Amino acid sequence: MEVNLQKRLGEFSLDVAFETEDRGITALFGRSGAGKTTLVNMLAGLLCPDSGVLRIGGQILFDSAARINIKPERRRVGYVFQEGRLFPHLSVKSNLYYGRRFAPKGERYVDGEQIIELLGLGNLLSRRPATLSGGEKQRVAIGRALLSEPHLLLMDEPLAALDAARKSEIMRHIERLRDEVGVPIIYVSHSLDEVTRLADHMVVLADGGVIAIGSAVDIMSRPDLSPHTGRHEAGALIETRVDGHDSFGLTALAFPGGVLRVSGLDLPDGTAVRARIRARDVAIATAPPHNLSILNVFEGRVVEMIANGPAAMDLQLDIGVKLWARITARSAHELGLVPGRQVYALIKSVAIDRHSLGLAMPPNRD
Amino acid sequence: MFALTALESEAILLSLRIAFWSMLISLPVAIAVAWLLARKRFYGNALLNGLVHLPLVMPPVVVGYILLLLLGRNGALGAWLWDWFGISVAFTWRGAAVASAVMAFPLMVRAIRLSLESVDVRLELAARTLGASPIWVFITISLPLMVPGILTGAMLAFARGFGEFGATITFVSNIPGETRTLPIALYSMTQVPGGESGALRLLILSVIIAMLALFISEILARRVRARIGG
Repeated sequence: MEVNLQKRLGEFSLDVAFETEDRGITALFGRSGAGKTTLVNMLAGLLCPDSGVLRIGGQILFDSAARINIKPERRRVGYVFQEGRLFPHLSVKSNLYYGRRFAPKGERYVDGEQIIELLGLGNLLSRRPATLSGGEKQRVAIGRALLSEPHLLLMDEPLAALDAARKSEIMRHIERLRDEVGVPIIYVSHSLDEVTRLADHMVVLADGGVIAIGSAVDIMSRPDLSPHTGRHEAGALIETRVDGHDSFGLTALAFPGGVLRVSGLDLPDGTAVRARIRARDVAIATAPPHNLSILNVFEGRVVEMIANGPAAMDLQLDIGVKLWARITARSAHELGLVPGRQVYALIKSVAIDRHSLGLAMPPNRD
Repeated sequence: MFALTALESEAILLSLRIAFWSMLISLPVAIAVAWLLARKRFYGNALLNGLVHLPLVMPPVVVGYILLLLLGRNGALGAWLWDWFGISVAFTWRGAAVASAVMAFPLMVRAIRLSLESVDVRLELAARTLGASPIWVFITISLPLMVPGILTGAMLAFARGFGEFGATITFVSNIPGETRTLPIALYSMTQVPGGESGALRLLILSVIIAMLALFISEILARRVRARIGG
């Protein structure tokens, strides 16, 4: 899809241009007020841009020069709202199938039964929205948007109103949808946990503009974006594969720099997993450490050193993949660290919890 | 036992018929006007709002007289209706229904407009993204969510129409069996010697009917609200 849209709303002005693939999950990431919802509303046709072009798949939905502005009901863009927005006077089943009758018969690719099964909605069908829990409401909202046979699915912070347990549950469902239904998803979020777990691509918005675009792995490993991704969350994202489980309840994740051991994951060998390693969870040693509780020790080199405030130092390390470590300036001085120096990166297994791990999309699955 | 006299049942049936038809014909118009006032910003919005509320603030006799001037056989609209369609509403029960409808219109529009304003526009937008055209959104989302307000408006209009007196007697007079509604019959009885007991009976009847209407609409509205949920 191609996005090039401009809009002024009072003091706020939005000017974004980017292209992404029409597959997988693209995270639209940024702080609140960055313009995420404004942009998504323009994609859905609920807000008219001042100028620009919007193309999704082969279809032009908006083109100010050609005076094209497809109405929302003709865009085939599904929208999962933050607050669900279920129709209170209709049953769950009627909510789910509301949009189906409007989709041209020849273009139906979504199997209603399959979606209901995937989202675990089977025993909710006769209920009314008022009787559903927050997590159930969001699952119905996702199902309703999918059953309208969209060419693109927009999700605007669909987990914002949920507690941690519900969030994790819904994310599991979204992962399955991504892998089994194959509809491209734009996922709006300001949570790195959600993006780590779900997104393949990332578009970072700030003050109404795009400041970075690329694969989630690349974007999340860029320290210059940490003011936008969260100061204490800065770190690297590495791609791994499940490589066995040990009798101590740990799972081995193989990556080009070695094997990362994390708390047990209930996943079969070979499963692609993204692991986010925060810079503050990485410690540095200049000699091979002995008699240490830390299992994850990787040999590498210092690539770059960036002062982070007066007392902290961010080190970019090359351990086969890119890794970031945040240590005190004092430690860096006492260890005599300089770019090119050989070091050992130490990562506590327990620092990498379930929130830091995401199931990557199987490559090129159509 | 409280047996109805022929005169009483005639007046009651006539009043019910007039109230029912006035409510029914004004309902679609009231929904359309409420929608215009609540959802559209247009030139003349305030004027339309004022016009709709006029019957509420004008003496009913004045409204009746205006109707007579407009819809009477020689009136601007009335003459046209008579020449082209051979229809005349002046001095018929249909005219009484028109008078009731006009008098009850502001109440109906207010109730429906309130309920429309409480319908979440975001739900309507969600329906658009699911593929529904604006008209379809109105039929499947807005209208069902407005039902409590529509019921309230309809009941208010019915009760107002049932009791309409001033505009009715001015516009369609007091013709037994045609325009002598319950309140007009009651008034007539108070004008003749020895009519007090008959007037009292009609008074009790009108109170009973009004209470019934209120009760039924309240039950209906409650059921609908329970269905719609929170």
